[in-house]
Amino acid sequence: MRNTFADEFYKIGVEDERIAIVVADISPAGSIAKFRTEFPERFINTGVAEQIMIGMCAGMVQRGMRPFAYTIATFALYRPFEFVRDDLCYQNLPVTIVGIGGGVTYSTLGSTHHAMEDIGIASSIPNMRIIAPCDPAETRAATRWCAQQQEGPVYLRLGKAGEPDLTERAEDWEFGKLRYLRRGTDVCILGYGPVLKLGQDVADRYTERGASVSLCSVHTPKPLDEAAIVEAMANHKTVIVIEETTPTGSLGVNVKRLGFEHGATCQVHTFSLKDEFIHHYGDHAAILDAHGLSTPKILAALGI
Amino acid sequence: MVNRIRSESLTVSTSNRIASGAAASNAAVDAASARTRCMAYRKRILDISQQVGALHVAPAFSCTEIVDLAYHEFMRWPEPQQSPDVFLMSKGHGCMIQYVILEELGILSRVDLDDYCTPQGRLGAHPDFGIPGIAASTGSLGHGMGIATGMAYAERSLKRDGRVFLVLSDGECQEGSTWEGAMMAGNLKLENLVAFVDVNDFSGLERMSEGHPAFHPLADKFASFGWETAEVNGHDAQAIGDAVLSRQGGKPFVALCNTVKGKGVSYMEHVPIWHYRAPNPEEYQQALSELKEISG
Repeated sequence: MRNTFADEFYKIGVEDERIAIVVADISPAGSIAKFRTEFPERFINTGVAEQIMIGMCAGMVQRGMRPFAYTIATFALYRPFEFVRDDLCYQNLPVTIVGIGGGVTYSTLGSTHHAMEDIGIASSIPNMRIIAPCDPAETRAATRWCAQQQEGPVYLRLGKAGEPDLTERAEDWEFGKLRYLRRGTDVCILGYGPVLKLGQDVADRYTERGASVSLCSVHTPKPLDEAAIVEAMANHKTVIVIEETTPTGSLGVNVKRLGFEHGATCQVHTFSLKDEFIHHYGDHAAILDAHGLSTPKILAALGI
Repeated sequence: MVNRIRSESLTVSTSNRIASGAAASNAAVDAASARTRCMAYRKRILDISQQVGALHVAPAFSCTEIVDLAYHEFMRWPEPQQSPDVFLMSKGHGCMIQYVILEELGILSRVDLDDYCTPQGRLGAHPDFGIPGIAASTGSLGHGMGIATGMAYAERSLKRDGRVFLVLSDGECQEGSTWEGAMMAGNLKLENLVAFVDVNDFSGLERMSEGHPAFHPLADKFASFGWETAEVNGHDAQAIGDAVLSRQGGKPFVALCNTVKGKGVSYMEHVPIWHYRAPNPEEYQQALSELKEISG
C-alpha cells in the first residue's frame, strides 16, 4: 500500500510540477526515493518537526503548489493537530495528509506509534475528509484523486506493506461513494482499510453456510455515504461493521445512528478496537486479535 | 477619517531596492510620509475603539510603523490592490493596523471597518483567511512562520519572485513551532522571506525580559538558525527602512524591532491591561490629544 502510493505519487509528480511532498524525517519508500532524486526541490524534509510540515504545506498550496504531507499517522495528525485544524481545515486548503500505518499497523512499536483514534479525531474537524483505502488498487485511485482535487484537506489513511488485493472485481472507485466488492441479500459487511480482509473472510464463511452476502468498502469514512448505508440496512437482514479504530467517531457508531434515525429493522453488529491503550506487543494480527478483531473471534461473537 | 492615500511613497516605492543579495547603502524610505500615515492610522484605530470595545489597541500601536512600511515601502504594487508579494500578520491580535491600511488601499471598505466585530460584518479581532488582503487565519500564535516559509518556498520553486513579509510578536517566539519554521527557512536559505519581530517585551502575563530572561538575546537565536538579523527602534521608520534596504541577502532576514506596547498614548504604554481594552470617551479624548508624529 505504501509502495503503491509512492508509485502513483511519482507518476503524478512527473506529470505536474506543482506536486510536492513534505515529509518529517521519514524514509522515502519505493518510488518516493526516485522522486527525491529526480526532483529534489519538490521533496522537502522538515526533519523531526511536524508542525512546520503542516504549516509549510499550507503556505505552499496558497502560492500555487500541490503539497502532500507525509509521515507516520500519529505524527501526521496528532502531533501537529492545531496546525491541521487551523492552517488546513479552518482555511480549507487542498492539502493531503498521508498517514502511514493508520490504526495499529506499527504493532510492535507500541501505543506511541498506534493511530487508534485517527478516524474520530480527523472526522471531528470541519472541512476534513478521510479516505482509508482497503488495498493497493484503492490506494492508487485515492492518491490520484487527492492530487487533482482542489476543494479542501484530506487525511489519506494508509497501512504499510503487504496488504492483499480485495477489489479486483469491484465497481469503480469514486470519492465519497460506498463500493460493493460483492453483492448479496442476507448479510452486509461494511469496513475500510486493510482490516477489510477480515470482512472478506467473514463473508466467505457466511457464503459457505448458504447465506447471500454483500461486502462493501466504505473507503471514505468522511463524508460518509449515508444514503448507501441506509439502503444497505434496508436491503439486508444483518449488517456487520469491521474497522480498525476506537469507537468514538467510528463507522460503527455512525451506522447505528443512521439505523435509529431511519427506523432500520436489521440487526447491527460492530467490531472495532476497544477504547483502551495497548500495552503488549506482537505482530499486527496479534494486536488486532487482542481487541477482538480476528476472523475466529468475530465469527464466535456472531455465533457462526 | 483617514485620507485615501495611495500615497506618493507607493509609486516612488523603495521596494525594488529590497532585491535580495544587493545591498543598497544609499537607499532610504520616505520616513516623513510614514510618520504622517502612522499618526492617521492610530487615530483611525482609536475611532474604531469607540464603536466597538472588542479590539487590541496597544498591540496594534506597537507594530504600526512596521506594518506601514511593509505595505507602503517594501511590498510592490504594479497594479492598484495587486501585489506579487505577501503580507502575513502572524501576531493576529495586531490586525487593527492591518485593517486600517487595507481600508486605505481600498482592499477593505469603509463599511468593512464600520461593521468590525458586528453580526453583519466580516472582520473579527483576529484576521481570517478569505477576507481580501488577509494571507492567513492567525490568532493562535506560532502559525505564521510555518505558513510564510511554505509561501516563500513555493515562490522560489515555481520560479516567481514574490516576497513574503511576516510580522511576529516577541511572545510567539516562545512557540516551538516558530523555531521549527525559522530553522527550515534558514536551511532553505529563503532570501525572499523578510520577518519583523515586534519586540514590545510584553506577553500576556508579564514582561518577557523579566519572566523569561533566557529569551534574549533573540538576534543570536535567529542568526544561529541561518538568518541575517538587524536590531532597530521599531518606531523609527528611517531605521527600519535602512535595516531592510541594506540587507546582504542570500538568507532570510529578520528585523528585531524594539517597540513600546501602546506607543503614542501615554497611559497605554507598557500597561498590560491595554492589551485588550478600549478607552472610554474621556480616555479617547486624551489619547487623541496626545497623538503626534512619531520618529522613534
